[in-house]
Parts: sequence; C-alpha cells; structure tokens
Amino acid sequence: MARTALPGRLSTRLTWRVATLAEFHDETATARTLRLDVPGWPGHLPGQHVDVRLTDEDGYSTQRSYSLAAPADGDRIELTVQRLPDGEVSGYLADTYAVGDPIEIRGPVGGWFVWRPPDPAPVLLVAGGSGIVPLMAMIRSRRQAGSRVPFRLVYSVRTPADQFYAAELRRSARADGGLDVAVVYTRSAPDGWARPAGRITAADLEALGWPASFEPTCYVCGPTGFVEAAAGALVDLGHDPRRIRTERFGPST
Amino acid sequence: MGIVSPGFRRRRRDDADLPPGQYLTHDFPVLSAGPTPRIPLPEWEFAVVTEAGVRHRWRWDELLALPAEEPTVDIHCVTKWSKLATTWRGVSLDVLMEDVETAADYALVHSYGGYTTNLPLEDLLDGKAWVAYEFEGSELSPPHGGPARLLVPHLYFWKSAKWVRGIQLLLDDEPGFWESVGYHDYGDPWREQRYQGD
Repeated sequence: MARTALPGRLSTRLTWRVATLAEFHDETATARTLRLDVPGWPGHLPGQHVDVRLTDEDGYSTQRSYSLAAPADGDRIELTVQRLPDGEVSGYLADTYAVGDPIEIRGPVGGWFVWRPPDPAPVLLVAGGSGIVPLMAMIRSRRQAGSRVPFRLVYSVRTPADQFYAAELRRSARADGGLDVAVVYTRSAPDGWARPAGRITAADLEALGWPASFEPTCYVCGPTGFVEAAAGALVDLGHDPRRIRTERFGPST
Repeated sequence: MGIVSPGFRRRRRDDADLPPGQYLTHDFPVLSAGPTPRIPLPEWEFAVVTEAGVRHRWRWDELLALPAEEPTVDIHCVTKWSKLATTWRGVSLDVLMEDVETAADYALVHSYGGYTTNLPLEDLLDGKAWVAYEFEGSELSPPHGGPARLLVPHLYFWKSAKWVRGIQLLLDDEPGFWESVGYHDYGDPWREQRYQGD
C-alpha cells in the first residue's frame, strides 16, 4: 500500500481553525448541508474528512469527524450532517448552528478513502444512507475536473424522502457524461419502481455495478451492517479485496 | 479552551474519566479500510519473525492450547469513541515472545487483508498486549477482527490490528497503513496523539 501525498503541509492541516457558517439548507428532514468559510483552508481530496470541535461556555468541548461533501471552493467547504438520535454534535450542527457562528475545524484528514481525478480506473461508488457524503465529493470533483472516467453510483436509502442531493443526482445522471446513478430503496420505493423495496444484495451490485473483470476501484461507505454486506457481496462477485475501500460508521449490529 | 460555539450545550454526561476529546459508547463501532477478510481456521497462523529472519509460528489449535488471560480493559478509538471495561480472552504477547531472541526495538504488525500498524516492541510486552480471540465471552466476530486480533488497549485502537497474522520485529521503525497516511506514529489517547504532529 503506497504512501499517499496529501495536499498541504501537515502543520498547516492540523491547526485548529475557526470556521463560520456562511449558508445552509436542509437536505432531508433529518440532514442539513452546511457551507463554511475557513480562512486559510489548504484544500483537500474527495473522500477526506475534517474534525469538528465544539466548546460550550463552561469549557467542555467535544469532537467528531465529518466527511467533506464537495471540492473546496477557495476557503469555502461543505459538510452534510445527519442528525443522530441523542447526537450531541450532530444535533447542534443540524438544528442550532446559525449563520455567522464559529466552530473549530481541522483537516483535511484521511489519505486512503480518497479518489484522485488523474486515476484512470473505473469507479464504483456504493453508498448507504448518509454514506453518500464522501462519494458525492468524488462525483463533484470528477465533474469539476472534466474527467470522463466511468463512474457508477449505487445509492441505498430507506425512502425517496431520505435521499441526499436528490435533484443534483437526477440531473447528474443526464448531464455528467459517464456517470450512472442507480437508487435502491430499502423501506419504500416510488410508485412504479421496478425493484421492490429491500436491502441491497449481490444481485443488485451485479446488475448495477461494474463486472469484476473491468477492475474498478470500489468505494463503499455507510453504516457498519451495510458496508459489511455490500463489501462482502463485491468480494463474492469476484472483485479483488485490495480494490475495495470502505468507510464504516455507526453502531455495529 | 477552544472558541465557544454559541448555543452549544453539553448533552452527554459521561461520568467516566475519559481521554480528552473522547465520548463514551455502549455499542461497538467498526472502522476498517476494506472488506472483512475470510480466514478458514485450518489455514490460520500467527507468526513472530525476528530481524534475523527467525520465524516462530502458531496454528489455530496451537494458539488455543497456550495459557490464556481474560483482561478487562478500556478501549479508545481515534474516531472519538471510548468503551469501558471490555472483557477479552487471549494469549499475552509475553507468552508468545518468551522464546524469541531479538535486539529489535520496533514491531510492524501484519494482518490478513494487507493491513499493517507499527509500534515500539516494549508496548507489546509486560502484560500490555494480547492476541485476543474472544470478546465478552463469545468468539470474536469477523467484523471485529475474528478469528483473532491484537489487543493493545493503552494505544488508540487502530494499533490493535484486526485479523492479525504476525509481528515483524525491526531494528528501525517503519510506518504502517494509517501511519503512512498521516496518523500518529505512537497514538497515546491520553496525549491525544491522533495525527502526525499531535
């Protein structure tokens, strides 16, 4: 496994910076996209994340990691935060955090679950729920770079209302040459949807992904159970485990 | 003290004395870089290889025949969760290293699936590390590193390599998988050594 060059000097990336909220919009009923101004942001690769630190008036502070949702636009970065039940940090970021308010951020962090636009290998993205966030950064970076590398996204969500970036992904499927988008619903599908609602299977990944002989790089991100199932299915379909990169979150089931 | 975020109030009341930046969890999150490897037990082996190339190896039934310990320890993941008083069963590295002759100061741990992580050899000795094969009284499940993982609870948990297959003893330190992409070489949770430069 090769060493990975990261943008920016380490000392620059690992400094805590004060970020302020520039704008936000609700992505779904439980998720909010935040655009933050981070003066001096060193840039990042799609798939990397940041550490967020919140501090309250009595000095208590706590940290969480969030994936970057888009390539940097100068000093502006984008996160999409899914509110978790009892989520101390996600609840604040999705409900209370207001335009102009400061939080502390450092990064970018992570050099493995990343896609580099010069890489010519076909890409299979497999997202479960909010696992779409770092994969969306890859899709947006590909578009920004004008890349024609074949990309397929298989996105598993509970219902249509749980889909992040829904309008952009519908548009992307038509406008971004060589990007295929397939949505798999686990709880309820739209009327007339050919595939009945249910958890993702090897048959889905066989039908909607790339054949293993095509040797795609696979990025799988989502809750632990989803990643275990999807990555296991890709191995069963003959994909080389060394070309399957995973990022898991949430409790193990 | 950091910059105060207006309107942010502590919601969790963790009574435990946790390392800085950590929060308490009662479930057991998983973090891995790739698919869970499948390792048939008849093919499993664990090896300690010295800097001179001498290889000490144990097969699965040989590992189980060694004297086991049942450590109860706190574990801390660099992704910020901590879990307290977890109970494991496994073989102390002191047992596995007993007959190993080495002048090495460093260890590079290798896993099935290609993962590696480095640490000073002394952090594996004196009752500080185990090759663990049970968690909370049950066999260790594959997503958590089964059939066997390294357990080094005093360091961030990425040092506790899942699906461990061997330890390479080295005279000079060599970074492992996460250490090569910016994570800290040592990883002491109490000093918050998350990334290089911390």
